[in-house]
Formats: sequence, C-alpha cells, structure tokens
Amino acid sequence: MSELAVPEPDANVLARRDEIVAGLRSIVGDDGLVDSQEGRRVYETDALTAYRAVPLAVVLPRTTDEVAAVLAFLAREGVKVVARGAGTSLSGGALPSTDSVVLGLSRMNRILSVDFDNRTARVEAGVTNINITNAVAGQGFFYAPDPSSQLACTIAGNIAMNSGGAHCLKYGVTTNNVLGLRMVLMDGTIVDLGGEHLDAPGYDLLGVVVGSEGQLGVVTEATVRILRAAEGARPILMGFGSAEAAGACVAAIIASGVTPVALEYMDRPAIKVCEAFAKAGYPLDVEALLIVEVEGSEADMADQIERIVAVAAAHGPTVTRVSQSEAESAAIWRGRKAAFGAMGRISDYLCMDGVIPTGRLPEVLVRVGEICAGYGLQVANIFHAGDGNLHPLVLYDMNDPAELRKAEAAGADILKLCVEVGGCLTGEHGVGIEKRDLMAAQFSAADLDQQMRIKSAFDPGWLLNPAKVFPLDGRPEKDEGAA
Amino acid sequence: MSEVIAPADAAELADVVRAHAARTAPVAVIGSGTRASWGRPVDAGQVLSTRAMAGITLYEPAEQVVAAAAGTPVAALDAELAAHNQRLAFEPPDLCGFFGTDGEPTVGGLAAGNLSGPRRIGAGAARDSLIGVEAVNGAGEPVKAGGRVMKNVTGYDLVKLLAGSFGTLAVLTGVTFKVAPRPETERTLVVRGQSLDAAIATMGAALASPHAVTGAAYDPGGSATATTALRLEGFEGSVNRRIAALKDDLDLTGEVDELDAERSADLWRSIRDVSALAGSSPVWRLSVKPTAAAEIATALGPIAPVRLLFDWGGGLIWAMVPDDIAHAGAPTVRAAVAAAGGHATLVRAPESVRRSADVFQPLPEPVMRLTRAVKRAFDPQGILNPGRMYRDM
Repeated sequence: MSELAVPEPDANVLARRDEIVAGLRSIVGDDGLVDSQEGRRVYETDALTAYRAVPLAVVLPRTTDEVAAVLAFLAREGVKVVARGAGTSLSGGALPSTDSVVLGLSRMNRILSVDFDNRTARVEAGVTNINITNAVAGQGFFYAPDPSSQLACTIAGNIAMNSGGAHCLKYGVTTNNVLGLRMVLMDGTIVDLGGEHLDAPGYDLLGVVVGSEGQLGVVTEATVRILRAAEGARPILMGFGSAEAAGACVAAIIASGVTPVALEYMDRPAIKVCEAFAKAGYPLDVEALLIVEVEGSEADMADQIERIVAVAAAHGPTVTRVSQSEAESAAIWRGRKAAFGAMGRISDYLCMDGVIPTGRLPEVLVRVGEICAGYGLQVANIFHAGDGNLHPLVLYDMNDPAELRKAEAAGADILKLCVEVGGCLTGEHGVGIEKRDLMAAQFSAADLDQQMRIKSAFDPGWLLNPAKVFPLDGRPEKDEGAA
Repeated sequence: MSEVIAPADAAELADVVRAHAARTAPVAVIGSGTRASWGRPVDAGQVLSTRAMAGITLYEPAEQVVAAAAGTPVAALDAELAAHNQRLAFEPPDLCGFFGTDGEPTVGGLAAGNLSGPRRIGAGAARDSLIGVEAVNGAGEPVKAGGRVMKNVTGYDLVKLLAGSFGTLAVLTGVTFKVAPRPETERTLVVRGQSLDAAIATMGAALASPHAVTGAAYDPGGSATATTALRLEGFEGSVNRRIAALKDDLDLTGEVDELDAERSADLWRSIRDVSALAGSSPVWRLSVKPTAAAEIATALGPIAPVRLLFDWGGGLIWAMVPDDIAHAGAPTVRAAVAAAGGHATLVRAPESVRRSADVFQPLPEPVMRLTRAVKRAFDPQGILNPGRMYRDM
C-alpha cells in the first residue's frame, strides 16, 4: 500500500480564505473562530497521527442554529467541512484538509435533560461519552457503549463511527442505543430523526446516519437510551497455553447459553505491556489471556461464574482467577482499557480493527504473526473475543518513513485477511482515510455505488468529510438523487 | 389478479427487476404475502415473490449467526435455531391470525417489515439483530450490505435502511441475523386490576430495575379484568431470585399471580401476535414514549369504543377502532401522536381506507425530502412497491 492520496486542494477556496474566514466570523464571532496558524495546528490531526493537514479555519459553534448558519454559508461558498468531536479517531475520521473548515462540537457539551421514567437522556453532541454515564450514575443508570477512549471521546464521534466498546457484547453498539438525533444538513436544513420512542416511522434514516462518518450531516443533539446498571459486575481472568485453547473456550462459553457482559482476549505481547503498565496481576507465562466479565446480583454472579469455570475446565486453562474485590476488578479493566496507551509508551503502532468469525481466531492469529514477521515487524493482539473484533497493534518507528509504509502494508494485508475469512475491515473505528482504499476488498463496485448514492442523497455537493470512506477513484461525477 | 413470478435465485430475480426497470413497469414485492395488506395498496401488473428462494445458507451456533435465503419460512428458521437451543432475540410475531391470512411468513418479510415482538425493549428490534443483507435494487443490481460478523462499521449501514422499507427500496434476497441463546426458563408476574396509570408506573419501575425484565405489557381487558404482565427469563435459579426481588421492589397491591414457563410462553405468544385483536376492524399501531400512553389513551377517547393493548412498557400501543368510523379515525390518531411525539401506522384496514388515508405516519417536509432522495438512490425508476408506504412514492 502506498501513502494515502490526498486530493489536490481547491485553489479557488485557498485564495478566498480571508473572505471565507470573515464570513464565518460574522456568524460565530471572534471567540467562535480559530484563525491563527498555531491555533489551527491543534486541529491538524486526530489519533491517526501519521496524517496531518492544517485546516483553512476552525469554527466552534455553540448552538444548532449557529451550526446551520455555518453550513449554509459554507455550502454557498462551496467549502468542504470536517466535523470534529474530540479528535480521538483512530482511522483519520477527523483529519482535515488544507481547503476545509473544521467544525468542532466541543462547546456543545451540555446534558439537556434526563428522563428516568422513559430511560432516555437528551444531550448535545459534543458531550463526552463518560459524562452521560456520570450524569445518571447517581440514580444507578449508565450509557452502555464504552469505547476505550470514553473519557475523551464525544457522542458526536461515537455516532459518526457507530462506536462499540468492551461491553457491547451484551448491550450493543451506538446504533442500538441511540433513539433520536438533531442533525444539520450541508445546506443548513435542521432535521429531527427519531425521538424518545422506538423505531422509525418510515425509512430508518437515523440508522444510516449512525456510522456515516460525518458525511451525511452534522449531528448536534442526540437522545440516547440509558439503562439501569446491574447490581454488581465481576471479571474472571483465565490464562491458556495456546490461542487454540483460548479460542475453543470462547466458543464453548458462548455455546453454553451464558452471555457474559464482556469477553476480552490478549496475546502474550499485549499481556506483558498491559501488566507492566497497570499492575493488574495478569499471568505472564501464558500465550492467551481471557477476561470474562459477568454481572448481576451476588448469587447470580456466583452462578454464572460457576458455569463459566466449569465450561472452561475442558479447555485446560493454566490460570483461573475470579476477582475478589472492587479494587482487583478495577485493576483488571484498567490494564485492558489502557492497552493502547500502554503500548504507546514502548512503541509507535498502527491499531487495526478488523472483525473475523470467532471460530477462525487461532488460524487468523498465526497468519497475522506471519504477515508482520514478513515485514520485519512486531505485533500484539487485543481482541473482543465475543464478537470477533480483532485489534492487532502493528509496532513501528514513526521516525522511519519506510517503516511506517511497511506497517501500513502489513495492516492492509491483515484487514484483507479478515475479509477473506468472512469478516470485515472495521468493527468500531470506522473507515476514515485509513481504510478508504481497501473498501474494494470488501465491496463490489455496485455495493459502493449504492452507498455513494446515499451520500449524494444527503450531501449532493460531497462537501462533508469528503476525502474519507470511499476510494477517490470511482466517485460520482455529478450529483445524483439530490435531496 | 396480477401474475405472480417467483424466481429460483437472486440472479433470476435481478433479471426480472432489470426488465421491469427498463420499461418503468411497477412490481409488487412480497415474500409469501401474509402481511401484504400492511401498507397502502400497490398497483402493479406483476407480483414478484421471493418464496421460491428458501433455505438456511449458513448457521454457526458457536458464533451466534444464521443466514438464510429471503423466502425461507420463519418457522423453518425457528425450528433449526431451537434444535441448537437458540432463537431470534427480537421475538418475531406471526401476524397470520391478526391479518386472517394463510401461508408461511418469510424471513425476508420479517426483515423488510422490521417486525419485533415484546422483547424489543431489551433485546432490540429486528433491525438490531439483522447484521447483513443481500438484495436487488430497483435498477436490478445485486447489492450487499453488512456481513456475517457481529460488529461491522465498514461503509454506510444500508442494512438499517432496508429493514423496515417494506420492499420499496430493494428486494431482499438473503438475510443474516445474529441469534441469542434460548433461556433455560421463563416466568411471568401478572398483576390484575391495575388502572392504565398504575400499570405504566409498575412497568416503568420494573424496566428501571436491575432484574432484567424482558417483557412488560398491559391489557386493560375490554370486558375482562385488566392484566399487567412482567416477564423474566434465564437460568432457573436466577429467575427465581429475580422474580422475588422484583416483587419486593415493586411493592404491589391487588391480585398478583405468577405464571410458570408454559403459561408464560402462551401469554407472550398471544401478546406478540396481537391475538386479542383478531378480526377485521381497523387497527392502529403507535410507537410513543411509555409515559405518553395515558395521554394517548385519553386523546383517542372520541373514537368509541376503542380497544387498546399496551406493550413495550407502554411504548407500543395497539388500538382497534370501530368499522364504521370515517378514515379509521385517522385525524384523531394523528393529532394524538402529534401532541405526544412518536408515530402511528394503520396496520389493518379495508383496502378503500388504506387507499384514501395515510397508512404510515406523514413525515415533516425535510425528512420526507430525504426519504424521497433515499428512494431514488435505490430505485431510480420508482418501480418497487410504488405507493405502499407513501402515496406518490
């Protein structure tokens, strides 16, 4: 894979920068605009730091009406827009271009209302994921999707990428937990989709907006489901001598009818790094570690743990440890949730996000190892084992451009492997710019054309987050099916 | 009666659609047609059925995934899943009794209608279990979306658009669902004689409890005693513990009964299939926030006598109205929903009424504009089930 192509910036837009900035200033005022070179540089990248571009300008609106005015203005001017939550995208979803305006949602971060009787919360889209849970935890509720970046990432970004998390095995991902949206189309039209009720009256437009990577509209408010938390939760650590044994154990647990709330897998390199960081008490002499979490009342948890341990026994775990305290449980999860950060302390890495049928795990891990070795690179694997979402971390040295290219090539090979065994390119991070050129590995031209016609239906001018998701070749020449 | 063609496979089906697209000739799309009257009448010279495309194409119990050709009977899929102690989590209803139709509902029809039963409140809708589709769009092009794995954010989620599109965007040829373990047992707590307000409060408290209630329905009873039903599922010991804890938490007064697994299953089957509203009088289906249920019931007052059923903790309301009321009471129902938020669908009514009234909820202008654009993006000639969801689309 060669370096990802960036479309030629629109010279006409670059030349009119002062005029465009003045127009934006008249809408959002001085303090809603980031104009200076150093100020804009803050927005040049996201968590896919290998790619950077300083945007034309950054606007930080405070209300939906301001977002609508900004978009209507930029649509008239033919200027591209990249919406941004907290900039934690691992796929370059919030990466700007030099001829685009970044629309940051960080000032729209209020919890608007909480309705415990109907178990919903209405929030502005720039609120962080964890702050929704924080707002309702006092009454025993929580917002279920929990990406590892939940302290920082926004619900806007979660909606754009249809984010998951370690606990989505039981509670689903973002799309299963969002009931309504307020969204602004590129032409400035404000649209409400869904609400506090279940299911769509007609086409499930909300369903296609979730996961559309900021390409169909800018979401400014969301109504989400809040759930009553279980009485307690408890992880079990199980170590295995081989990936095969751990993989078979995962299948057996699922087949047993117990639904753990989380089922996480780490291989030896990942265990070592996470343990060094979090001191979670992970066993270091195993090839594979499972974290299996159950929840419920004390009696229910004891019952489920007994069943899981009994099922697992047939697969010969070398270590089985049930958490004995809140502190121990917290440490176990701290290690897992800090995996990406902990790995970043020892090496630069590319975090892949493929999904595979869970039954293919042992074979895929062997081949992932071979692919990376073939490029002379190391890899550590973190895996949401219950749902097949594999995160190989391909380690490389960012200061060596040739090694970055190798890591990207290895990553592409891994994702193609995921598709080849029946899976997909991305389970929760999104396509962004990172996997854009791999889409043809998973979809036919007709499949991609169908998706792109939906893009055109919402954003006929292709101004929203334009260089992402779809390969640059093969895009529609003109607008079709314009709204 | 229009001619029915039932292609043997997706390629043949694509040929049929392509030929009709070339002539801009409308096609009525059905599975087995057991719910063909859900929607406005479709005027088309050709009926295209997927019923000849049947069979489970993939089933991996340990991966909790099943795929089947669109014409596969739901009953056949259910039986195969049951043999492996699994099921579709969203509890698909069988509405043959409700509509008075014969035949085998198909898995494609299930997906196209986004049909979910009582467990929708916890386990999600059909659209949440549907993880992949294969379809032929209105231009006759085979397209796929989603896949066979549990998590997938690769490209736009066209699966969601197709779920609940009633064959107006594309003809589904294959569907892939995630499946769930069948619980060891179930039990239902029944409270008799509650008013609607009391029942909504009881169901709300049950659903806000940590005891994992998987069904919450209220039948005001017509001429019989009102019943509030709360279902728990899981392992025997766990269900016993949770039902005891739930009773303690709810502090119930009045007559409280506990149904064993068999009686519980019977009750929820009848709630799922809306058996209490069998017949032919017009029926509305409303989706609202649960606490709006009482307000809706009051607003529907002018339509007398109206027979109501409440599921989803009060969020799903079925309303059977008298035969002789004009437009099946549409102005009153629409006004009630407009005030409370949500949407209403006239799911059962004589053809003349379904032709003159809006069956699906009329949409605000910008949403309707997007709806039309999405329709054009899938079916540029407008040949698939024209008029079924909206009069001129």
